[in-house]
Amino acid sequence: MTASFDPELAYRLHRQAELRDEQFGALAYHFGTRRLSFLKAPILVDVVRALADSASVHAALRRCGVPQAQRPAILQALAGLADSQLIEVHEGARL
Amino acid sequence: MSAEVLSAVDTPVDGRPTKLVDHFALGLNAPICLTWELTYACNLACVHCLSSSGRRDPSELSTAECQAVIDEFERMQVFYVNIGGGEPTVRSDFWELLDYAIDHHVGVKFSTNGVKLDAAAARRLAATDYVDVQISVDGASADVNDAVRGGGSFGTAIRAMENLAAAGFTGFKISVVVTRQNAGQLDAFKALADRYDAQLRLTRLRPSGRGADVWADLHPTADQQRELYRWLVANGEGVLTGDSFFHLSGLGDPLPGLNLCGAGRVVCLIDPIGDVYACPFTIHEQFLAGNVRSPGGFATVWRDSELFASLRRPDSGGTCSSCSMFDACRGGCMAAKFFTGLPLDGPDPECVQGYGEAALAARTPGTAGTAPKPTGDHSHRGPVRGQATGPVPVLLMTRRPDRACDENPLAGLPTS
Repeated sequence: MTASFDPELAYRLHRQAELRDEQFGALAYHFGTRRLSFLKAPILVDVVRALADSASVHAALRRCGVPQAQRPAILQALAGLADSQLIEVHEGARL
Repeated sequence: MSAEVLSAVDTPVDGRPTKLVDHFALGLNAPICLTWELTYACNLACVHCLSSSGRRDPSELSTAECQAVIDEFERMQVFYVNIGGGEPTVRSDFWELLDYAIDHHVGVKFSTNGVKLDAAAARRLAATDYVDVQISVDGASADVNDAVRGGGSFGTAIRAMENLAAAGFTGFKISVVVTRQNAGQLDAFKALADRYDAQLRLTRLRPSGRGADVWADLHPTADQQRELYRWLVANGEGVLTGDSFFHLSGLGDPLPGLNLCGAGRVVCLIDPIGDVYACPFTIHEQFLAGNVRSPGGFATVWRDSELFASLRRPDSGGTCSSCSMFDACRGGCMAAKFFTGLPLDGPDPECVQGYGEAALAARTPGTAGTAPKPTGDHSHRGPVRGQATGPVPVLLMTRRPDRACDENPLAGLPTS
């Protein structure tokens, strides 16, 4: 788990990463690190896709209507994705 | 299965951990470990070749057909492919196809014996993103390697490694099939990889292709399997295994990886003529799912083939389901059973509980040689051009002398 993940900041899918929809959610692949991750919840996939157009991670959670009770688990999952470079800080995001 | 799968990060969000195998049972929209053999042509004649390679097949996919397959991978989001053969680099359009794949968002790892990896090729690879190279050796010394892969092949592989290292290509893979003859060299293999800042990859010998002919003499002994398991546990994720030793998981804690047979679920093979098989080790009509040249192409084969649908259904485990180790090994490797003539719903021939040995011994006498044979054979028919000495494996003599008192040691052997 990275200490540097900050849900107050804007994030986006890493420029070297792609998502592929699957019945259980999605697969994420980073072409640089060659790491594959399983996103095992459709709501998490929605949030990751919403990141690029959101001013912060919290804004993306609100936008996707993530229930309060689920937010800690989603934030933890996002921190893991940041740690494996599947999402990155969206520098210079103008939102 | 590929190295990439081993580094999968599982991201549950609902607090209910679900086994990945349960997700895979539904079938994926595309494979996550696709092997694509570009040609049956090879400059070597390794005794254990899983695809019985040697001679090019006249109906291999053309450059345009290969590009169309890559286009399909891009549409399906097959993120990367493992390219092999045969020796893929002997295709004159190999570098063109490599560039085409990378330009179309399909990463490539290719396996080679190193024959074409001169200094210029190594520099080119080092300057290319999203390509990984895997060099095959089956001994940490020339004598052990060349007995299986042919005279001079160790030197060729080492030259390729030196060229890659000199070009600054770090982290390439050194791929070893563990055999009875090299199982004692694991530390030497690791040292070889460390010397070139490469990563060691160990995989399991399967009785596939020409491997069926030598498996009985080359597969590691039960003692060697236990030692291999201990070595893999001690070396952890620093050594890749392609998830191929899950049949050893019954010896203790599971090894890193998915620990299941991914055939048709996460894995498949496209062979040089476009035939799609359940896995790289099952080139046999029983595991043929379709062809990429048919209407709908590869996507239709992957999603709709009856064979793959049946492989994605949960299996009962057959006679293994009552074993206390079933959750660890799930009955082992389908190809290993099939090509040793064992039932698919029974134990793996190298079952750590010893059930495989018993099953092999219980085969009807005289049927050991009638296990299913691979569908195609592209082996060289004579000596390999440019190779002074072919592979000369040290095999046990299974033929009995004609008569106990024969004086001529060549008695009964062809003399021409």
